[in-house]
Amino acid sequence: MPGRRSIVASEPLIFELASSGRPGVRPPLAQFDDVDPASVLPEGQVRESLDLPEVSEIDVMRHFVRLSQRNHSIDTAIYPLGSCTMKYNPKINEVAARLPGLLEPHPYQPETSVQGLLALIHDLEAVLGEIAGFATVTTQPAAGSQGEMVGLLCIQAWLRSRGERRATVLVPDSAHGTNPATATMTGMRVEPLGTAPDGNIDLDELDAKLNDDVAALMLTLPTTLGLFEQRILEVTRRVHAAGGQVYGDGANMNAMLGRVRPGDLGIDVMHLNLHKTFTTPHGGGGPGAGALGVQAHLAPFLPGPQIVRRDSGYALEPAGPDSVGRVHAHLGNVGNLIRGYTYIRSLGREGMREVANDAVLNANYLRARLAPHFDIPYNRICMHEVVLAGTRQRRLGVRTTDIAKRLIDYGVHPPTVYFPLIVDEALMIEPTETESIESLDQFAEALISVADEAKTAPDLLHAAPSAAPVRRLDEVTANRSPDVNWTAAD
Amino acid sequence: MSYSPSTDADRARMLRTIGVNSTDDLFVDIPAAHRDPTLDLPEALPEVDVLRLVRGLADQNQIPEGVASFLGAGFYRHFVPALVDQQLLRSEWYTGYTPYQAEMTQGTLQSMYEFQSLVCRLTGMEVANASLYDGATALAEAVLMCRAITRRSGVVMAGTVHPAYREVAATYTQAVDVDIRTVDGWSRSDGGVAPDVEAVAAAIDDTTSCVVLQRPDFFGWVVDPTPVVEAAERHGAKIVYVVTDPISLGLLTPPGDLGADVVAGELRALVGPPAYGGPGAGMLATRKAFIRRLPGRIAGRTTDLDGQQGFVLTLQTREQHIRRERATSNITTNQALVALGAAISISALGPGGVRSLATRSLSAAHRCAAALKDVGATVFDAAPYFHEFILHAPRGGEATVDALAAHGVFGGYPLGRVAPALDDTLLVCATDLTTRADVEALTSAWQAIHRG
Repeated sequence: MPGRRSIVASEPLIFELASSGRPGVRPPLAQFDDVDPASVLPEGQVRESLDLPEVSEIDVMRHFVRLSQRNHSIDTAIYPLGSCTMKYNPKINEVAARLPGLLEPHPYQPETSVQGLLALIHDLEAVLGEIAGFATVTTQPAAGSQGEMVGLLCIQAWLRSRGERRATVLVPDSAHGTNPATATMTGMRVEPLGTAPDGNIDLDELDAKLNDDVAALMLTLPTTLGLFEQRILEVTRRVHAAGGQVYGDGANMNAMLGRVRPGDLGIDVMHLNLHKTFTTPHGGGGPGAGALGVQAHLAPFLPGPQIVRRDSGYALEPAGPDSVGRVHAHLGNVGNLIRGYTYIRSLGREGMREVANDAVLNANYLRARLAPHFDIPYNRICMHEVVLAGTRQRRLGVRTTDIAKRLIDYGVHPPTVYFPLIVDEALMIEPTETESIESLDQFAEALISVADEAKTAPDLLHAAPSAAPVRRLDEVTANRSPDVNWTAAD
Repeated sequence: MSYSPSTDADRARMLRTIGVNSTDDLFVDIPAAHRDPTLDLPEALPEVDVLRLVRGLADQNQIPEGVASFLGAGFYRHFVPALVDQQLLRSEWYTGYTPYQAEMTQGTLQSMYEFQSLVCRLTGMEVANASLYDGATALAEAVLMCRAITRRSGVVMAGTVHPAYREVAATYTQAVDVDIRTVDGWSRSDGGVAPDVEAVAAAIDDTTSCVVLQRPDFFGWVVDPTPVVEAAERHGAKIVYVVTDPISLGLLTPPGDLGADVVAGELRALVGPPAYGGPGAGMLATRKAFIRRLPGRIAGRTTDLDGQQGFVLTLQTREQHIRRERATSNITTNQALVALGAAISISALGPGGVRSLATRSLSAAHRCAAALKDVGATVFDAAPYFHEFILHAPRGGEATVDALAAHGVFGGYPLGRVAPALDDTLLVCATDLTTRADVEALTSAWQAIHRG
């Protein structure tokens, strides 16, 4: 299988397919007599030229079809990016989100005319609260990192309401980069927290760093090492005793569905990534949706408007006086809320546990199969993902990048690499529950084969990929003199 | 029901390989007292049944097929070529993720580069990122960018910027050193409502990091921004333009020709109907000099080892996964698929199509205003507008909207929601999708509710 150069040859830029005077798609017939823009707009406000490519409909279609074929996707093959939960995206979700009654409504049409949509979002918020163990959920955040921001702002607002000001956020060294970045955006100071040799939070260090300036601990559960924090109840108890709050990064909720509710473990506020756990497609980078669940004491601070159910029907309740404010022009990525809702109703009560069971089983199966071939620094029962270290291979002069690039030649998308930062040469593998044992075996065998090649033919890895549309790309020049906007002179 | 393909035999084999007896043994790290809660959730539904359920909810919503809608106010309906959604349904686009492994995601990376280039051409700017959550968060990020560039904290915000955008900017800046001063930028008199761009210009001083204007603004007006541009230049303040309807760029002088330092906008209208507000895609474009302050993903063009053209995520040291607490923003997942749709839509429409949709929208709005005047309504149209205008609603904006809705017409957005002084007005929008029948429905409903 390796070694074959892709049949998808290089594709010109859309600008290079243009030809002056070539017609595009026809706009609608005029319903009204034309008004000359220059006769109604101020002088100098009508643009003189619009330099967009003129490409025929068929060429536009072919161009983007050919580009799409230069991609890897879940519907092509396993996509085991750790921390991203690249599971199958059920097609019924796409049908549901495109129903005209859900796709067409306008944010400002009367609430009485969108009762079905409001009911759906309201029910989704209730169901997410039930699944994760939170009193109130808002689905306004557009993605997980926006949920983090809202969560930290809610914690600040709650502290202020108690006459307290605290400015430190404890962030474990294994955390996603969004956690410290969010803390900065909310004006807080980040204090890193170490990981103990068993992969749990170092409780002594936690105690040493807890003080009356600590607003929150941001905790990913399961951790980015793919491990369940074994002393979670002790961690949340100690943070609370010191007057702080516990923020849960719910990116890894897939491992816990139906098995445990993070809200039951002392977590005060947590975001859920609908594009990870609840199968809304990743879209080549987005859109996602980042619901945020909070315990009752934080609910008054959530963004508005919130959907409420009254005797007369569903209504949009404006933000209260304590709200941290709005984070989206309307109610967030509603299309993805519909997809997430469709998925949850498809799974039902019974399906939840099955997801977590098979996600965790698949990850542990890969751990068992790969353990003889790779170092695993925290080698115990893992949750939805397993983190390998390419340290054995590094001693042979092969880096994790080389392993990842060689996997591409096998038609396999590499795992997340070099993350978490606390694992040397990390390879973070999340297979998800929707991969079959055959698919897992194929992936494991590709990785084992690459590990063998690292010993016998390391140059293959250094030169990889050789079967992709391009070979390794010059990122240094791209950074030094960025070309991010095509101009004809190029 | 979980879309898991595993059989019990598969599971047994995997458990043997792992060396445990049951799946329960994999969850022992969870505190026993909290393991396996009983969830109060409905039962699982097969495809047909879940679709029946969701369709039932969809059918409760009124949509423009059955209602003549004149709603705009930041969320616009335009013609979108059929090929756009056909493309967005391709698995190779929508089931991939952020192109972390460039060699395996050249399609997404090249499309991002093309998207950025198209946004630059539309806005007249030099560089753009690959999208943000929506127009409102794009404005918030623009304000934070200007603070980082100028190291000043003042923001002069025109009151003619979309109210929800202004709220989001306030949310994003509440915990950092930014002081937003909102200046109406409009005035009300007996004769109507008029823009007051001089008031915005007058508020700019040496502490101003940036001034924010919307084009066309929330009231639909197209104003000459020269006084603001001159004041900003005099005081060393940056100029941010908000664009809520990308189609307007087909006709109006681009912000890049009007002194823009940053353009923040919303692209949803290029991709499909409003979808109750999302997902849209925020665009953020700026000058080359500020590229390292741009938040979010950026695709760059480069070459591979053989010298062949290829694309990568570039300038990643701005981003959270590298820079952590020193990143330009915490954004990770963006709105890539919607941005892709926008790039495809612009490519399919071409310059003639984009301009034509803009001109048709302008024509429809002006003809609609004339038709309302013909039935005795008053339009406050002393200021030039694009495809939205202010209609005098003597019985009150909210009451008029309710009365029109009873006649099957969504008549517009009550501007009293922005300021009490505008309680007796409606913001009415028409676009290339507005039909003569829609306008007739509006004028006859207007007559019906004002009769007697």
